[in-house]
Amino acid sequence: MKQLRSFGAFWYDFIVGDDWHVAALVAAGLALTAIATHAANVNAWWLLPVFVVAALAWSLHRATASRK
Amino acid sequence: MNALPLILTVFIACVVEAVEALTIVLATGITREWRSTFQGMAAALLALAVITAAVGPAVSELPLTALRVVVGALLAVFGLQWLRKAVLRATGYQALHDEASAYLREVAAAEAAAKEARRGVTDWYSFTLAFKGVLLEGLEVVFIVITFGDNQKDIGAAVIGAAAAIIVVTIVGIAVRAPLTKVPENWMKLAVGVMLTSFGTFWGAEGAGVRWPGNDAALLVVIPAVALVAAACILWLNSRTAARTVSAPQSEVVGS
Repeated sequence: MKQLRSFGAFWYDFIVGDDWHVAALVAAGLALTAIATHAANVNAWWLLPVFVVAALAWSLHRATASRK
Repeated sequence: MNALPLILTVFIACVVEAVEALTIVLATGITREWRSTFQGMAAALLALAVITAAVGPAVSELPLTALRVVVGALLAVFGLQWLRKAVLRATGYQALHDEASAYLREVAAAEAAAKEARRGVTDWYSFTLAFKGVLLEGLEVVFIVITFGDNQKDIGAAVIGAAAAIIVVTIVGIAVRAPLTKVPENWMKLAVGVMLTSFGTFWGAEGAGVRWPGNDAALLVVIPAVALVAAACILWLNSRTAARTVSAPQSEVVGS
């Protein structure tokens, strides 16, 4: 059980890293882009870059705000 | 896409990983024992070969659309992690990754650990340290090679970039027999973060069904745009630090 947990923790750390908000925002951006493109027929090429920039800014803000 | 940007991107990313692995291997080998260190390295390379053989064909079996969504998401998350770390280091919020001090820490830990023979290995500590270091850094190399190579349908070019990086770092490492402290690791990490984030965003959105204006040429705008965002983040955090430094003495006066 301990080995399974450390195996899971290794992959979580490898893929998700220090801030899970980044992965969540990228996933949300991709999902919304797919919905906009397929369901609403909008070529929303700009949507994912907006989420990516927001993810970086939000993550940096969270990392530095506590050290004010 | 021309193979050269692919080779260069993979090369720079893999140099960063190879330098980190070299620091661990050198610290272990010089301080403790080369034989067990090489055994650990060999075991890690074998494990990496097995992982590559298992994951590589599975990834290439995915339909291109699904592959681009999965790989795009992973690359964007990976790239943003690298960018986050590089920006925090560039602005002093996180200590710079200093290979010299990392080497000294590894050496101190290696000297303090007891020597113990296990499973045919004369020094288990050297074996596990070299194994973990090479496996972890190697996994990132494998991930970059498979994702970039598969997406561009040019695994060969990605392998050339990775192999060149490993060969260059190994030769320089053997020549100087010291951690490669002159490598501007943080700036390289920032550059790789920009490339991974840009390619991840481009492929991810394409996989989600988007048609980029200008098709592949859009990358020529996306890459500089991500670099500009990273530069803006550095300026933003630096101005925040400067504002804090200026306001700190004032609040002390008010407080006193």
